[in-house]
Amino acid sequence: MDVQKDETLELRQTEDIVRVRQAARAWAVALGFSLVDQTKIVTATSELARNTIEHGRGGSVRMRSLVNGVHKGLRLDFVDTGPGIANIELALRDGYTSGTGLGLGLSGSRRLMSEFEIKSEVGKGTHVSVTRWT
Amino acid sequence: MEKIPILRMGRFLLVSIQVDLHDRVALQLQEDLTDQIVKTGAKGVLIDISALELVDSFIGRMLNNLTSMSRILDAETVVVGMRPAVAITLVELGLELGGVRTALNVERGMELLGGAAFGRSKG
Repeated sequence: MDVQKDETLELRQTEDIVRVRQAARAWAVALGFSLVDQTKIVTATSELARNTIEHGRGGSVRMRSLVNGVHKGLRLDFVDTGPGIANIELALRDGYTSGTGLGLGLSGSRRLMSEFEIKSEVGKGTHVSVTRWT
Repeated sequence: MEKIPILRMGRFLLVSIQVDLHDRVALQLQEDLTDQIVKTGAKGVLIDISALELVDSFIGRMLNNLTSMSRILDAETVVVGMRPAVAITLVELGLELGGVRTALNVERGMELLGGAAFGRSKG
């Protein structure tokens, strides 16, 4: 698997969400994703970026475009150094919310992407990695 | 700051969302729309989202809120013009927009509102 492009964007304030999802859209278009796939990627990006800012107290997203044989992929790693998630299983459940949201950020993003991984440690932070393949 | 225009069309208000929604723009819209409903006595609100390339849970919640606020102020809301890719994504995301009425386009939305207002005035 080759990494073709690699870039990290800051996620500090809610304005950054719009910037990051515009970047994700541009990358998805360049990789040749269909319109529906682009929309899924951008929506998942928006959800996870908001989590990083609102629950993780800010962090960053690393974007990578990948090539694996005939398939191309977009991988996004959202990293924060916030309070972490005590019960990941619970946080992944539809409708579970710790804030004012609808509780679909994590569970919904998982459905929108091909691969989903989450690591979190209380007091240290959270790392969510998602990938969508063409 | 960007602002979302609210146009008056007879007894209805038309909100056409043409910008990528920042949080502050979305919150400003809630204030502006409720103000306009009270000021104009509008009985219906059309929210055109045909320019929106995504509806995430934040925007979904905003559409829900706008609908509830309008209803309390005696105006019915119809969200119109959702793109097919957005609809597909919304369902997969798990966002049902339960309390929000939708129509394919502004014209159909106006029919829906017209019908509702007519039915109510008769009743």
